[in-house]
Amino acid sequence: MASVISSTQGSNPHELLRQSRRTLNWWSGGAIILAALAVMPVAAVLIFAFGDSGDIWEHLVKTSLFGYVTTTLWLMLGVGVSVFVTGVSTAWVVTMCRFPGRKVFEWLLLLPLAMPAYVIAYAYTDFLEFAGPVQGLMRTIFGWQTARDYFFPEIRSLGGAIMMMGLVLYPYVYLLARSSFLEQSVNVLEASRTLGRGPWRTFSSVSLPTARPAIAIGVSLALMETLNDYGTVDFFAVYTMTAGLVDVWLGMGSLAGGAQIATTMLVFVVLLIMLERMSRRHQKLYQQAGSRYKPLPAYRLRGAKAAAAFLVCALPVLAGFLIPVAVLGRLTLIYFDRAWTPEFQLYVFNSVALSAGAAAIALAIALFVAYSRRLHGGKLLAFGTRVATLGYAVPGAVLAVGILVPFAAFDNAVDALLRQTLGISSGLLLSGTVGAVLFAYVVRFLAIAMGQVESSLEKVSPSMDMAARTLGYRAGQTLVRYHLPLIRGGMLTTAMIVFVDCMKELPATLLLRPFNFDTLATHVYEFASDEMLGEASLGSLTIVGVGLIPVVLLSRMISRTRQTLGESVT
Amino acid sequence: MNSISAVSTDDALTTPRPLLEVRGISCNYDLERAVFDLSLTVHRGEQVCLLGPSGCGKTTVLRAIAGFHSVLTGGIFINNRQVSAPGAMVPPEARRVGMVFQDHALFPHLSVRQNVASGLRSLSAGEQKTNVDDMLDRMDISRHAEKYPHELSGGQQQRVALARALAPKPLLLLMDEPFSNLDQELREHMGQEVSDMLKENDITCVMVTHDQNDAFALGDHVGVMADGAIVQWDTPYNLYHQPRTHFVADFIGNGIFLPGTVSGSARVATALGELESDEALDRPVESPIEVLLRPDDVVHDPEGPIRATVRRRAFKGAEIMYTLRTTQGITLLALFPSHANYEIGDEVSVRLAVDHLVVFDRDSED
Repeated sequence: MASVISSTQGSNPHELLRQSRRTLNWWSGGAIILAALAVMPVAAVLIFAFGDSGDIWEHLVKTSLFGYVTTTLWLMLGVGVSVFVTGVSTAWVVTMCRFPGRKVFEWLLLLPLAMPAYVIAYAYTDFLEFAGPVQGLMRTIFGWQTARDYFFPEIRSLGGAIMMMGLVLYPYVYLLARSSFLEQSVNVLEASRTLGRGPWRTFSSVSLPTARPAIAIGVSLALMETLNDYGTVDFFAVYTMTAGLVDVWLGMGSLAGGAQIATTMLVFVVLLIMLERMSRRHQKLYQQAGSRYKPLPAYRLRGAKAAAAFLVCALPVLAGFLIPVAVLGRLTLIYFDRAWTPEFQLYVFNSVALSAGAAAIALAIALFVAYSRRLHGGKLLAFGTRVATLGYAVPGAVLAVGILVPFAAFDNAVDALLRQTLGISSGLLLSGTVGAVLFAYVVRFLAIAMGQVESSLEKVSPSMDMAARTLGYRAGQTLVRYHLPLIRGGMLTTAMIVFVDCMKELPATLLLRPFNFDTLATHVYEFASDEMLGEASLGSLTIVGVGLIPVVLLSRMISRTRQTLGESVT
Repeated sequence: MNSISAVSTDDALTTPRPLLEVRGISCNYDLERAVFDLSLTVHRGEQVCLLGPSGCGKTTVLRAIAGFHSVLTGGIFINNRQVSAPGAMVPPEARRVGMVFQDHALFPHLSVRQNVASGLRSLSAGEQKTNVDDMLDRMDISRHAEKYPHELSGGQQQRVALARALAPKPLLLLMDEPFSNLDQELREHMGQEVSDMLKENDITCVMVTHDQNDAFALGDHVGVMADGAIVQWDTPYNLYHQPRTHFVADFIGNGIFLPGTVSGSARVATALGELESDEALDRPVESPIEVLLRPDDVVHDPEGPIRATVRRRAFKGAEIMYTLRTTQGITLLALFPSHANYEIGDEVSVRLAVDHLVVFDRDSED
């Protein structure tokens, strides 16, 4: 063996080993470091929660924790049912049926994606309040005088919160269910029809089960958002765990107590993550069938059926976007002069810059980690990414606790060191800076970037990698030259989704921002908290407006997939 | 550098060094052993094929040769250079191997010309163009040069994939089930054409497939694989006519195993009479054995000693494949010319025309 090796062109095993180890380290080592950074906040919460906190834990269990948990469960159940029904029905109608307005609805249905739950909550509160247009109109029609003359449901309630969140979170389910329906093999659907199943049976026995993993992913994403929400539940005085956490932290001044509620929330988080991960595995199995896309068979609807389909699509758009925008638009017109200030313009800039930066960083990390997993697999890396992507399900308030604790510890340590050695104070380096907010955004939205990038990469056949590698391209070159062009569409979608999410992010921004630093979201929140919905409306509308840009891009992508999928353009 | 050239001339004088040498490699797949102590040697200009059912480890071997799969034992040498050893491997991009895939793996965002030029970036633009033009011409796809992969038929995609893999003049071409995405007619045609092209251009090639027709069309030598090992490495002719194990006999071609007993140095007694071989059987008299009967060993003969009933027939154009049941209760496969046309239930007479007996021990585990 040795003699053979020495006679060959300088390729002794040590040289070989050095070469291969180096590539291995560069990719998976980097990925593991990034994953560890993303895990840090969750780890900090856990460590801190089990630390010393006085009697607050016991106090919490005895008094309010049970209430927080029950309220949260009801909220999640309600939102879950709501997004499932709305998301799946609209997705199916839009992909499988032909009726007037279908093509417009395909992208109109995405519009509520631009609308944060707290913004729609502000809008409907104004819309439905005693002095608002709805009740006013009812009084005029029926001749009622006071609130005691009639019953009107209170929007600032648990039911109201469920409605608000359902209206703006269903696009997650809609998007994923729609693309799953589109990717379903036409042959399977046709086989079902020829086996004597009608459209409804085909839907319930073939389309829906096949799309189940995609739908489950969508629902779990929506529920993670629900768990995260602070703006709506705070405004509606619904005491979920997030509201409780902020209350204990800021109100009772106990960060440790907050960390303990956060730990309880992590149980929910783990369950949702498991649902999502499991579904992704199933999705992989279900969707490898169709090799070539054919035009989907379409049910042509006429008359009453077409009208019903129209209504199914129109209602979510109307209630989830058009009405709140109209309400906010009216308020904005009235209060414009008071709201349009130089400070306001700064908030816009802050929001856009932070969100774009976070999206770019999250995407770059996601691509790096997903690609190293593709290259090397490995148990450690797989475990690392799974834990690192918990961040998305971790509510912003929980993340804030998890980031503030280690950052503050770091700052104190550096400060102490500098004082000792150089006699100067370094002050706050990490905590209370924009960097902390950025870090929170990246950690929180890394999972969505990871999930999307991974599933984009999965669509690229492994033989594509092998072809490029055997043609002389190193792993990194293969990524840049051959994967990126193929997954560009998916990457853009992902960047936009992350961007919108950052724009809308409230709790972590609120808790981590530096003094006197406002984004649009915190600015709107503060005005709304003071019951100054009019002054908040311009900011709300701007959040929605900026959020619309990626939605429009997303919808253009959707029409492009329709062309490549060869659907008839009539 | 001097010492290297000295070594290679030395070698050239003694025995020609093989282009590819796989020495006793073992590989895991999903934490389970998929390849056991496998060795094979391929000389320059030779085309070999690994043939086996799915899950036999053939693709893992190919991936190990390409540098996508590590080896746990042994080593892989390409052109005298060790490229794989336990715990170490030269990355695929530095091995100078070309690869063709079942799904062709053409880059969908690049035109045919750009696809073929993918592996030529070290060349100047002018050289690239000459090279690509030559390759396109050789593969007869020049008129599709500006098209994109999705505009091409399966056969055209196949040609582009080959052109792309061969353009950088790899030392070794690897093909993973290259024809299984093509329809039957195109498949045979492409198999023949690719074989001719590889021979003409003196290209060394290793292909894996589960289809024996593909393997026979292309392989000078075929290694039949089962459970992570090569069970027989031979020419296609020998694999069919002199399979060394029951598994190979069963996997390649049709046929039945007729039980019998050794009755002389080259004689076997069976329920269908005594058979004589042209070669000694090397087994003691009375050994229980079984004799491989290929469908073409069973000849249609109205005067034949064996009476049988037609149980099943499969029309194949020039021939008909019959499943027969003899009066002794033995099932035979028989290939008759098409004019010997019988219906199910008809009585036929046949005789056995076997010169060389292929026998296996009965009750052997394979």
